[in-house]
Amino acid sequence: MRFFYYLDLARRSFARHRVLTALMIVAIALGIGTSMTTLTVLYLLSGDPLPGKSERTFYVQLDAGGKEGFRPGEEPNLQLSRYDAEGLLRARHAPRQALMTGGNGAIDPKRAGVDPFYADVRYTSADFFPMFDVPFARGGPWTAQEDEAHARVAVISKELAEKLFDGGDGVGRSVRLDGHELAIVGVLEYWRPTPHFYDLFTGDYGESEQIFLPFSTSRDLELERSGNIDCWDEAGLTSTAVNAPCAWIQFWVQLESPAEAAAYRDYLVSYSEEQQRNGRFMRPPNVRLRSVMEWLDFRRVVPSDVRLQAWLAFAFLAVCLLNTVGLLLAKFLRRSAEIGVRRALGASRRAIFTQFLVEAGCVGLIGGVLGLGLAWLGLYAVRQQPVDYAPLARLDPTMLATTFVIALVSSLLAGLLPAWRAARIVPALQLKSQ
Amino acid sequence: MLSMRGISKVYRTEMVQTHALRELDLSVRAGELLAVTGPSGSGKTTLLNIAGLLEEFSAGQYQLDGVDVNGLSDDARSRLRNQKIGFIFQSFNLIPDLNLFDNVDVPLRYRGLPRAERKHRIERALERVGLASRMKHYPAELSGGQQQRAAIARAVAGEPPLLLADEPTGNLDSQMAREVLEILEQLNAQGATVVIVTHDPEIAARAHRNVHIVDGVATDLEPAPVLIRGSERQLDPNFAA
Repeated sequence: MRFFYYLDLARRSFARHRVLTALMIVAIALGIGTSMTTLTVLYLLSGDPLPGKSERTFYVQLDAGGKEGFRPGEEPNLQLSRYDAEGLLRARHAPRQALMTGGNGAIDPKRAGVDPFYADVRYTSADFFPMFDVPFARGGPWTAQEDEAHARVAVISKELAEKLFDGGDGVGRSVRLDGHELAIVGVLEYWRPTPHFYDLFTGDYGESEQIFLPFSTSRDLELERSGNIDCWDEAGLTSTAVNAPCAWIQFWVQLESPAEAAAYRDYLVSYSEEQQRNGRFMRPPNVRLRSVMEWLDFRRVVPSDVRLQAWLAFAFLAVCLLNTVGLLLAKFLRRSAEIGVRRALGASRRAIFTQFLVEAGCVGLIGGVLGLGLAWLGLYAVRQQPVDYAPLARLDPTMLATTFVIALVSSLLAGLLPAWRAARIVPALQLKSQ
Repeated sequence: MLSMRGISKVYRTEMVQTHALRELDLSVRAGELLAVTGPSGSGKTTLLNIAGLLEEFSAGQYQLDGVDVNGLSDDARSRLRNQKIGFIFQSFNLIPDLNLFDNVDVPLRYRGLPRAERKHRIERALERVGLASRMKHYPAELSGGQQQRAAIARAVAGEPPLLLADEPTGNLDSQMAREVLEILEQLNAQGATVVIVTHDPEIAARAHRNVHIVDGVATDLEPAPVLIRGSERQLDPNFAA
């Protein structure tokens, strides 16, 4: 195999020009290490948290705001009022829909040696689990009937089950939240969608909640809620009351086709018109129905400095590659005499081109391995930063493969010009000039 | 073996045109030992480069072993060069990174021969020039004469019918030069066609035919009788094979 011959020639060339080769490898490794660190962070932060379904899952917005400060065409409220969210849930115009908000409460472990602790809670409705493909280890979600019945049920995370029941099965047992007993109907597998797309008002990249229970139950029990709330009127009600003029609830629907999405949008418009006629909405219908990725884009979830860092890192990689092009050119053209001899002995231009491209590819691969080590160090440094996405900064198999592809492609690109120049060397001149 | 008709070579720069060869006709029969002589800058090396398919010519017809080389692709020219021609250079041009075995291996690699056959051919070629015991040596560890013998082994390992030598003894002392010349004569006696560009009157005298080039124009000459001192041929015993 000619390829293995070229590999052997590359090895000999590296041994002969150690310093030059080391310089090239370090240049590529630095470029790869830096760009892979930032690219990994960007990839983790901008990934699809609901692969395969994100295009069919939509976030609902209605403009329920007051007359004051109204400007036509402006963005409607980012969340729904309780009245609207519960109304849309009851209407069931989508195949699946769920309302939700975050909260927290004290959990009494009922176990000797484990102190009570605070946990993040999600108040939602039955479709939350199938709509977001939430994986269950044991049991399952509660039902829509249990939502309507304000049932004292809960689904808990695997981590909480292990903490409360010492690794035992929690289904059929109960958890005490803020002094209220809730029957556990399901235990989740480890689940941490990144970003925390379904509620961006309680942190973009936080952990998932430890307890999920029906929204209706949470209101009965007056459990504490968390996240943003936007009120536009003084109605003398508590902000979480059904008729309070406050938006604090997220509402998601699953719609299977563009036609269904269009129909649902029409429904939201007619709902708004009806609310306007009834005197509840002061503004003309103004609705939004954004898919998961559109919603994340709109909310600018990926920090802008992360994007900037990625651009800068790739610019740095380009500089490193330009350096490598220069070094490869110098290295290859220093071997003009050898190239002349090889051409005289039967090497075609293509053979010379391939030989030198293989050598450049080897530099890239070695640089890539070294760069991978640097990326690993870089991500370690990111994990030490005080940002909510820090724990996520790890290389996964996709990024590992990407690193090698980028290293190889970059070094082959860097090797193209030098290898082409090497292949164009006129053998006759070299043979006589020795 | 080699037939050139009306070969011209013009080097063009922005300022001047230089005619290196002017409508040159040259035929070399199979088995011939031809010396190409002429003053420096007369076009000898250009002729050799064109004959060796290392350079294009500006006009004319060239057939190498029955193959018309006009319009051949680089791949085809390289293949033809690899199969038909062995080169021997004044500066030996061994690759310093490779030992003798690997240097001789270079043309065989480009021919794509299987490993066992390459090994057999390399060992035989190095034996023929008396360097069988130095296969693992690098060029820098050898004398000039040994390097040129290694270069000859590299040229003949693929058993090409045509050997082109450009001043093969130019960098050697007289004893080493004589050894190299005798090897070339021996190869010629075994059937190889040998074309030698040379300033050396001894080589010219021992060639079957001389072609003299002046200003890119070739003239056939009979070899001039030259007194060869100490002309007993002292071939390496290995070379007899």
